[in-house]
Amino acid sequence: MTYLTKPKLHHPALKRNDIGFTRRDYEGAVSTLCAGCGHDSISASIVQACFELSIEPHRVAKLSGIGCSSKAPTYFLGDSHGFNTVHGRMPSVLTGANLANRELIYMGVSGDGDSASIGLGQFAHLMRRGVNMTYIVMNNGVYGLTKGQFSATADKGSVAKRGAVNNDAGIDLASLAIIMGASFVARSFSGDKGQLTPLIKAAMSHPGAAILDVVSPCVAFNNHAGSTKSYDFVRDHNAAVNRLDLIVGAEPMEADVPPGGMIEVPQVDGSNLRLRRITPDYDPSDKAGALGFIQEKAALGEVATGLLYLEPLPRDLHGALNTIPTPLNQLAEQDLCPGQAALDAINASLR
Amino acid sequence: MRATDITDPNYFHKVVDCQWACPAHTPVPEYIRLIAHGRYSDAYMINWKSNVFPGILGRTCDRPCEPACRRTRVEDETVVGARKEPVAICRLKRVAADFKDDVSGLMPRAPEVSNGRKIACIGAGPASLTVARDLAVMGYEVTLFDQNPQLGGMIRTQIPHFRLPVSVIDEEMDYITSVGNIAFKQREVDSLKAVLAEDWDAIFVGTGAPRGRDLAIPGRDAAAANIHIGIDWLSSVSFGHVDTVGKKVIVLGGGNTAMDCCRTARRLGGETVKVIVRSGFEEMKASPWEKDDAMAEDIPILNFMTPKAFHVEDGRLVGMTFETVRAEYDEKGRRSLVPTGDPDPYVECDDVLVAIGQENAFPWIERDIGLEFDARWDMPVVDRVTLQSTHPKVFFGGDAAFGPENIIWAAAHGHDAAISIHKLLEGEDLKDRPAPLMDVVSQKMGIHEWSYDNDIRVDPRFKVPHRALEESLANLSAEVELGFDPVLAFKEAQRCLNCDIQTVFAPKLCIECDACVDICPMDSITFADNGEEQDLRLRLTAPALNADQDLYIGEGLPTGRVMVKDEDVCLHCGLCAERCPTGAWDMRKYFIEMTHAGQA
Ligand SMILES: Cc1cc2nc3c(=O)[nH]c(=O)nc-3n(C[C@H](O)[C@H](O)[C@H](O)COP(=O)(O)OP(=O)(O)OC[C@H]3O[C@@H](n4cnc5c(N)ncnc54)[C@H](O)[C@@H]3O)c2cc1C
Ligand SMILES: Cc1ncc(C[n+]2csc(CCOP(=O)(O)OP(=O)(O)O)c2C)c(N)n1
Ligand code: SF4
Ligand code: SF4
Ligand code: SF4
Ligand SMILES: [Mg+2]
Repeated sequence: MTYLTKPKLHHPALKRNDIGFTRRDYEGAVSTLCAGCGHDSISASIVQACFELSIEPHRVAKLSGIGCSSKAPTYFLGDSHGFNTVHGRMPSVLTGANLANRELIYMGVSGDGDSASIGLGQFAHLMRRGVNMTYIVMNNGVYGLTKGQFSATADKGSVAKRGAVNNDAGIDLASLAIIMGASFVARSFSGDKGQLTPLIKAAMSHPGAAILDVVSPCVAFNNHAGSTKSYDFVRDHNAAVNRLDLIVGAEPMEADVPPGGMIEVPQVDGSNLRLRRITPDYDPSDKAGALGFIQEKAALGEVATGLLYLEPLPRDLHGALNTIPTPLNQLAEQDLCPGQAALDAINASLR
Repeated sequence: MRATDITDPNYFHKVVDCQWACPAHTPVPEYIRLIAHGRYSDAYMINWKSNVFPGILGRTCDRPCEPACRRTRVEDETVVGARKEPVAICRLKRVAADFKDDVSGLMPRAPEVSNGRKIACIGAGPASLTVARDLAVMGYEVTLFDQNPQLGGMIRTQIPHFRLPVSVIDEEMDYITSVGNIAFKQREVDSLKAVLAEDWDAIFVGTGAPRGRDLAIPGRDAAAANIHIGIDWLSSVSFGHVDTVGKKVIVLGGGNTAMDCCRTARRLGGETVKVIVRSGFEEMKASPWEKDDAMAEDIPILNFMTPKAFHVEDGRLVGMTFETVRAEYDEKGRRSLVPTGDPDPYVECDDVLVAIGQENAFPWIERDIGLEFDARWDMPVVDRVTLQSTHPKVFFGGDAAFGPENIIWAAAHGHDAAISIHKLLEGEDLKDRPAPLMDVVSQKMGIHEWSYDNDIRVDPRFKVPHRALEESLANLSAEVELGFDPVLAFKEAQRCLNCDIQTVFAPKLCIECDACVDICPMDSITFADNGEEQDLRLRLTAPALNADQDLYIGEGLPTGRVMVKDEDVCLHCGLCAERCPTGAWDMRKYFIEMTHAGQA
């Protein structure tokens, strides 16, 4: 950890976004994570994404569970709302918050232990309900905070720092999320901000359950030879399907088509996601194809990254429940208790 | 780009902006840290070695270091407003001089037995004094000649005592002569040929630029009694020959001499003293702080006025007329001053001080002794590096070498000339200059502990307290600046960013985790695909648009990319090294010191 606070001084050419904030305005407290932890890089990407999206910090709610990863929200968006839940319970608290106030932008930050071990049930239900949020898993294959035990996402056969071999099958959170109904599923690597930041931006703009499984090396306990979540291993086995270049307006862009070709995916709000193909023919709207591809790569010992699955016209929980546009927490007593006449009418309709 | 060669002493030297800009390359951040620790004597000695006159320079230096200071590029405008100001490097030097203990025991002494070589220095200003000190320490016998009765050159005869007390001059002259083997003789040298005929192994000419420029416009002769050449007038004041001036005074000229003239005039009875310059206020040669000091003494500075005539009534000067001009620039950006056509202003006056420039004059150097003069400027031909003239035994330095400069340049020349003289007499190649001494020490003491204070202060520059105006104007030799007290000095010293504590990168240890990139408050670090410098500069986390500042390139990373650090606005806060899990970044102090004669 670092004892000094980061100096307020900044580069003289530091830019301001459309609403007058600099990137530095989206930072949080100085990190107490281990120096070199992948989680800090993801925090930096979140800062960059929110800056580029010109999000007002007070409109974001960051929720997390327990773990080094779940501590990370303290280190970004210092002026946003935050909630540290108990271990593995971020999804239910977030779901409740989202139901009560649909106007905030929800970000859930979790670890592989928090999401795939103790919190697996919560994870699955949040996805299938389609809660409008961005779910970021900082996935390092271990319980970092409790000193490096294998987590449920550790690959079978990977070796712990002290030599123990993992005999259990690893849970692939991206595949699970696709199966459970998430409408935006991506995977990335903390060491590749060029890929990660645009994916975070796209996920935060997606009006449904968006999950980003980000491989994030634990330098203290899982960055050795034999680990499949180390900087070196991920760099050597990264199979990127596409790069998300930008989010563009509805009008078609003059194409500067890269060798692999481009895909433009229209969004509900009228914008387009523009993807540069890396794996030829990979179609992120093909659910079964996505699942198959992830499996194929895994069988080769590779990690599929990029925007893996996207449902262009998602429905979220509020849509399914048909709640009113006004956030529930803003309803006054007369809205919530409309009186005897209204109750009588409802009762009559049920007879 | 190629990987940076950090073993080249110039690489990290350049990063220490102040030290690099200092003509004598004084190790600035090192002495500033010593001041923060209250080690004034040590701070003084570091200065004394490099620039010979810390007490004098701490009050008078032209301070080329300060505009170069990193803080002018990095201060936060929300705290300091538009004025991003350097560390008060110069006035901290004075702190070392003011609060040091008795340093006489720390001074070097000439060896008991001299080496038998005899050197003559003509003129006893800062350039000659530096030559004398450097060579005497090595065993040379040095004799200083000056037409004036005391050592110091223009330091003593020109700079007013309200800026530089005599006691400070005397003290620092003493440190030099106490080295031993340095003789002083009052003598006006009227023939270099004669000196060459004497028994000297080498001769150093440090006679300055003693002639003040005159102004030949109508009325000059008729008003001669009340028109004075600035530098001559200042030395007459200094020697006590002049102690009054008229109530209404015009000072012509916009340089440092003009500023000293007007402030001196205020103290000798001048009630309305005006500085009048041809150029615009911004283009004046005087340093901004000297203009501030003059204006604080109720001296207006009128600009864009070209002198036209002196007016005399009843045989006495009564005023001057001027032509108003404006600046026009041609396509090449060259300025010309063109008349505006407005009516000529008339300014009343009793005395005029002419401070419009200084010139060299070498009537005493014969042109047939094998010492070549440049035909156009009538200046001796002198090598910029070795300071040797075309006569192998004769060297020039200070204002005599390339025209009027300042004290710190005189000292720098003195050091270089001393090296050359020694090399000449050892039969070595004068062009082969000694490399600076470089001492590298890691500053890491613990996981998050550094042996320097890396917490960055955002305080704006602290002001040096001044004596009350009335009291200052009433006493010609009362020093106006009172100097920082130790508390203020500490606060000001803490503004220094320790630019000599370098970020040193070991590519072999780097795992490219981005921790340094993420923590760096100044966006100085990038991992990128290599490319040509121009292209690379634009592809960084923050574009590196200041081409005067180097890019530090580290090669040999796992992904084949390069580490690029833009040195421009790095705070030397060490956070990159704190956040690095493998120790690929380290903070190391590069103590770089110029090699002076005898050290090589
Ligand atoms: C009014 C004024 C104010 C200044 N203020 C500052 C300031 O604040 N800070 C700063 O850095 N610089 C200042 N300067 C400039 C600075 O004084 C000079 O640049 C510096 O002193 C030059 O040093 P030098 O060793 O070359 O020679 P000088 O200091 O000029 O000394 C030359 C000496 O040689 C002697 N001499 C000349 N010819 C002969 C001869 N033929 N025989 C014997 N002796 C001879 C002269 O008497 C003189 O003592 C100022 C200059 C002036 C005029
Ligand atoms: C209910 C409960 N059970 C167990 C723990 C102990 N515990 C703390 S953090 C953690 C695992 C965190 O792992 P992960 O989510 O992967 O986070 P990381 O530290 O690796 O980022 C565990 C098991 C706890 N705090 N609470
Ligand atoms: S233990 Fe691992 S996960 Fe936790 S902060 Fe350290 S490096 Fe990061
Ligand atoms: S901050 Fe300190 S070391 Fe850096 S340039 Fe300024 S005075 Fe020199
Ligand atoms: S010392 Fe390191 S972290 Fe601090 S400004 Fe310089 S490069 Fe950035
Ligand atoms: Mg984990």
